[in-house]
Amino acid sequence: MEKTIAGKTIAVNEEGYLTDFKQWDKSIADVLAAEAEINLSPRHWEILGYLQNEYKNEVPLSIRKIGKSGVVDIKEFYQLFPKAPLKTATKIAGIPKPASCI
Amino acid sequence: MKETNGEIKKMMIILSKATLENVYAAFVLANGARMEGIEAEVFFTFFGLEAVHRKKLAKLHVATVGNPAMHIPTMIGGLPGMEAFATSMMKKEMEKIDMPEVPEFLDILSASGVRMWACKLAMDMFHYKKEDLYEGVEDVITVGDFYKKSEGQGVHMLFI
Repeated sequence: MEKTIAGKTIAVNEEGYLTDFKQWDKSIADVLAAEAEINLSPRHWEILGYLQNEYKNEVPLSIRKIGKSGVVDIKEFYQLFPKAPLKTATKIAGIPKPASCI
Repeated sequence: MKETNGEIKKMMIILSKATLENVYAAFVLANGARMEGIEAEVFFTFFGLEAVHRKKLAKLHVATVGNPAMHIPTMIGGLPGMEAFATSMMKKEMEKIDMPEVPEFLDILSASGVRMWACKLAMDMFHYKKEDLYEGVEDVITVGDFYKKSEGQGVHMLFI
């Protein structure tokens, strides 16, 4: 599937996750965040950067790992991305939806 | 159904047992709900209270007797030390799949906004006090209170 985000044609899956991280940039993140009703603050960017790094290092993401990351605790993570934080944050970060139950 | 289009808005989970496999089932479902943006509340009743009792919550066991899926003959499952053995085996496997132990799991649930309640009747029966319980348990409530909290559309209730 393709979707026009911030004036660019971007490949996404049926849930709206980018399928090619190379197409991601900050303007795309801003649009995806707005769709999730989130205004990206410097704190959000820090976490998005962390998630992208973990993805690049092929570390599977889970809420438990987020809590142990030292970047953000679980409570703040839920405050920053209130609805389904891991799903929302990974979508904005342009990386795949984690397949974790924990 | 029409108004919410079948969407699940809140899971009300009743945990009545303290065997590790049941406690994990309740915790994974509660945490999984929060991860999906669904509200979750857990009502601890009867033996389920042990999962939030400060002195007991870190020492829960799997049941080795009366559980055919364990593939341990009941006679052997009843031998001293079998529960502890099976529990330590299970915990090793759990760690491999990134499953936290009960104390850490409770902290994760609490930080994720899962609301936890203790059953008044069971508390009275076991002579437990609110101070005996994990700090994430908000209050000791009656069944009626729990039903009241379960009102609304898209709320589902689950008994474990």
